[in-house]
Amino acid sequence: MSTFSLKTSEFSVIRDENKCIKCLACVRQCGFDCHQYDEENDSLYTIDANCVNCQRCVYICPADALKIYENPKPMRSNNYWSANDLKNIYKQAETGGVLLTGMGNDKAFPGYFDRLVLNASQVTNPSIDPLREPMEIRTYLGRRTEPIALQKQKEKDKTQTPIVPIETPIMFAGISYGAISHQAFEALARAAKEFGTMFNTGEGGLPKDLYQYGDNAIVQVASGRFGVHSDYLNVGRIIEIKIGQGAKPGIGGHLPGEKITEEISTTRMIPEGTDALSPAPHHDIYSIEDLRQLIFTLKEATRYEKPISVKISAVHNVAAIASGIARAGADIIAVDGFRGGTGAAPLMIRDHVGIPIELAIAAIDQRLRDEGIRNSVTLVAAGGFRCSADVVKAIALGADAVYIGTAALIALGCHLCQKCYTGKCSWGIATQDPYKTRRLNPELGAERLYNLLRGWSHEIKEMLGGMGINSIESLKGNRLHLRGVGLNEVELNLLGVKHAGEAI
Amino acid sequence: MKKVYARPAYCMNCHLCEVNCIVAHSKSRNLLKAFKKEKLRGTARVFVEERKPISIAVQCRHCNDPRCVAGCISGAMVKDTETGIVYCQEEKCVGCWTCVVSCPYGVIRPIEIDGRKLPLKCDLCKEYEEPACVVGCPNKALVFEERGAEV
Repeated sequence: MSTFSLKTSEFSVIRDENKCIKCLACVRQCGFDCHQYDEENDSLYTIDANCVNCQRCVYICPADALKIYENPKPMRSNNYWSANDLKNIYKQAETGGVLLTGMGNDKAFPGYFDRLVLNASQVTNPSIDPLREPMEIRTYLGRRTEPIALQKQKEKDKTQTPIVPIETPIMFAGISYGAISHQAFEALARAAKEFGTMFNTGEGGLPKDLYQYGDNAIVQVASGRFGVHSDYLNVGRIIEIKIGQGAKPGIGGHLPGEKITEEISTTRMIPEGTDALSPAPHHDIYSIEDLRQLIFTLKEATRYEKPISVKISAVHNVAAIASGIARAGADIIAVDGFRGGTGAAPLMIRDHVGIPIELAIAAIDQRLRDEGIRNSVTLVAAGGFRCSADVVKAIALGADAVYIGTAALIALGCHLCQKCYTGKCSWGIATQDPYKTRRLNPELGAERLYNLLRGWSHEIKEMLGGMGINSIESLKGNRLHLRGVGLNEVELNLLGVKHAGEAI
Repeated sequence: MKKVYARPAYCMNCHLCEVNCIVAHSKSRNLLKAFKKEKLRGTARVFVEERKPISIAVQCRHCNDPRCVAGCISGAMVKDTETGIVYCQEEKCVGCWTCVVSCPYGVIRPIEIDGRKLPLKCDLCKEYEEPACVVGCPNKALVFEERGAEV
């Protein structure tokens, strides 16, 4: 480095020379050229400035000789100007660019999941042991038919789309092929098929060789319309119109040309090496009426055989927007909260735009119920589900099912280094470099994802049993099973829950 | 016979198969001792060939008609009639390394142990249930299986 820079190394890689056997696995596996080997001296050294703390070397080292430490902040402590603020300003002063980042919002906003607690049965209502008694967590996606009534049989509604069952209320969120490697994408598809749930193609189309997983695919139609054609729409089980993404509400996407390899260019139907730009809005949707047109265009194109989902990010007026979407003819509404992940987003947008998913779920569920249209849509929540308890709480707040994206990638090895936008991912997930993508064996990846779904599903059953209910349907929107801890009046009202200690 | 097969689509060039091979064939069977005390670095019997982005681990194919056995001048290199494993009877070996040059896969390593020339090659870890390279591969890029007769 010859030019003077105010940027400092965030991390130090410490090598225990007593343990290092010089096998050079770290050098070969580091995606960011931090580990170096000097052949002349037969010695290893590190360039700390390159380290992003993705932990790949730490895990791959057979001798357990590597540790990564966060460097002490080089600035004087200040309660207002954080070290990150300074670092970002230095970076921008040098580059003049927009700050980019990956994955979800990591700011210390108070989390509502962490301040909600669940109920359990004691004495007066028996709890259920899911290992001994049946426990139903199968979930149905799509528009419910009108209740059966003893009336003259009406003509069958030809615009009714089918209901899609999933074996657990957990699905994989939209992560496009292009943002992640084919291997990671395939792992998601395989796991979804094996478990009987859905994966979401994201906006990058579905590669031909993965059409075999079509029955478990939610195929996305986003503002860039990448990879959207008749076969694609018909091979999926559900079609999702992506309006917004929790990590970057209101803005589009940009997959750099370097990532558009031959296969991705074929899948996305754009020339090789050109940037894939997703506009911020759909250029044919400027109102609910426009959205209705697209929904029915897609339904017509698939002969009313596919439920249509509309995915929006959780923003201030989300309840009213959701109501509009339900009335526009969507069968599923997917809402992505501000903790939702991304392959690349401007830092300011990711960290400062959007609202928490907990509040969005409660607001939408309440609004749709008040309007008497809750039954006409399935509500899918997304954005920062870290564990099965988050899922249960979301369902109790009113969601039908959830998407997990970040958690799924973590199961594949992601360590949240937030450098997805560089395309250098050492774990072979968010990269198209053929040297790195082969690190993720889809067989092993699918197994890990399956295990995650299995574990969470078991835990959900346990929690349901504890509450004395034997079906996930009985939990949906059942906010009496929730209590807030340390929430103020406004928050309790918005969430529609009582404070811990209050009885029914 | 069961052999080790590489799956290049999943080989990530970490060379941990080499490390595991070395440890499995060390006296101590301990990673740090094998490398630090026994100084076994560079004695792996599996070789990761790399031409980025592709890499692949190769080791003795235990051929049906092994050239190393045919070329051995002292009769030290033999193919076990029961297990099919090709191995060197070190007490008979004269260290001419004809086997090294005759191996079409280049997977016999010429080394000197205590001043004595010997060939080092894969023995399919016959003392273990499964070869160490296969067990230790973090990405299942190596498999140990029966694939029928080979040319």
